Amino acid sequence: MSVRTAEESRKSRILAALEDQDTTVVMDDPLETTMVLNMGPQHPATHGVLRLLVRLDGETVLAVVPELGYLHRGYEKIAEACSYHEFIPHTDRLDYLSPISNNVAYCLAVEKLAGVEIPDRAKYIRVIVCELARIASHLVAAGSMAMDVGALTVLLWTFREREKILDIYDVLCGARFTTNYARIGGLQQDWTEACSAMLRQFLGEFARDLGEVEKLLGTNRIFVDRCENVGHISREDAIGLGITGPILRAAGVPRDLRRDRPYLVYDRLDFNVVTLTESDALARFYVRIGEMKESASILRQALEGMPAGPYHADDPKKVVPQKDRIYTKMEELIHDFMLINLGINPPVGETYFGIESSKGELGFYIVSDGTGNPWRMKIRSPSANNLSALPLMLKGCMISDIVAIIGSIDPVMGEADK
Amino acid sequence: MNQSAVGRLKERVPGAVRSVAEFRGDTTVTVRREDIVRVAQALRDDPELAFDMVIDVLGVDMYRPEERFEVVYNLYSLKHREYLRLKVLLDEQDPTVPTVTGVWPGANWHERETYDMFGIVFTGHPDLRRLYLPEEFEYHPLRKDFPTMGIPDSLPLPRR
Repeated sequence: MSVRTAEESRKSRILAALEDQDTTVVMDDPLETTMVLNMGPQHPATHGVLRLLVRLDGETVLAVVPELGYLHRGYEKIAEACSYHEFIPHTDRLDYLSPISNNVAYCLAVEKLAGVEIPDRAKYIRVIVCELARIASHLVAAGSMAMDVGALTVLLWTFREREKILDIYDVLCGARFTTNYARIGGLQQDWTEACSAMLRQFLGEFARDLGEVEKLLGTNRIFVDRCENVGHISREDAIGLGITGPILRAAGVPRDLRRDRPYLVYDRLDFNVVTLTESDALARFYVRIGEMKESASILRQALEGMPAGPYHADDPKKVVPQKDRIYTKMEELIHDFMLINLGINPPVGETYFGIESSKGELGFYIVSDGTGNPWRMKIRSPSANNLSALPLMLKGCMISDIVAIIGSIDPVMGEADK
Repeated sequence: MNQSAVGRLKERVPGAVRSVAEFRGDTTVTVRREDIVRVAQALRDDPELAFDMVIDVLGVDMYRPEERFEVVYNLYSLKHREYLRLKVLLDEQDPTVPTVTGVWPGANWHERETYDMFGIVFTGHPDLRRLYLPEEFEYHPLRKDFPTMGIPDSLPLPRR
């Protein structure tokens, strides 16, 4: 039996004072090792406002729950209050890394619904801008994926290349980023000789510059070690989950709507569908690099093959006329008035049209009730669908692999959240 | 291809198909609600159909007295490179439909989004939470009776 000394009782009083509710951690099971980590929505490596709830055992990921909706702006509801023309600028804000191909996808969907056939020159210009958008988006994807695993230089190099594409947009339609370029039945402006010269110069330098990026990362042991064998998804899972785009092609499924269901003039162009079978983050990176090379080849062919002629359809009830004609011709003024006030009034029915955008299948399902506004418009966004593979990809990986895997999916939250 | 696919589907699941519509080259097959899972299974597993990808699942509010809601399934066959659209019509009083996540796991998030936006309940869904909007939100905003401007104070501020 021991007698408490004065010193001991003073110590226990201090301990009691320290032990209040906020500082004491009560553990039911002292061997409990899992914890829940909240990653995002404000996290630099989640490419926007993606939030992940991660259950960890030490450094190993046990389960992941992605939470979307932090950038939800209700575009499908807005579309019901817009006329078909009015919604075109909103499509810029979906996948904001390749706005111009969203414009084209939307206009193709409306043209299918309204039955508008566009001239060949417009088709070629659309192919060119879509492929430029694909290169620009893949450049950001490659650069930001490298940045996520710690290689900052590559991001600056890829952004330098992307800058040249944005300069072409600038000359083409007056905007670098929110392009708003495609129109129902045609385009906002014609492709000019100045654009051709810029594009030729860009293509002349692009192979070399992309080769530098590829060399810098492909031979970088840290990058390869971080990305190899992480984020694996099997071929069957990828098909079952409805994954599209480079992720599906990196899993060994050669699905590319440009070849499988050709739209615009892709059936006249010669290109390969880049497919790998490794299905890890590195394979996705190499699929994107390969697609950029194919896009450059498509751009060369489209530039050579582009015919002269009108760049919008001759369909005054559907196509908004040019401003100079509105100001000088009575009929065009009437058509402009009718189109702006009443819209294009496609027949009652519903159509779906999807293109192969840089992230995957971007589609618009439009229900028309015969009036100037769509009754319902559903945006099939590839990013949201690809993100649904995250729980499967992340299960069992290390916590540091999460950023590499998100980077390899290349989600754009503007599109995923709509 | 699509006509033969519809014929094959009628063979495989007799009585399930209510109507077939063709518009701008798109085929839409309206099926009975109680048969949707059997139809989905037949569409995926039959080698002549092989619709192995679900591209999209979405709701439409037709705002009519009967069969107000439509649930549309956009399917794609990798083998045949073809699209097919399924449609199920639901009444306002009973907006429920069996889930197809057991057939196509990819329908999971699309069905969550449809539940979020229209309040259509997918029975048997493994994780039927809202996809975009907070759980506290009481409305289903893509219904036609929800105003485009929103309802003031309907979105609660984050709790401390």
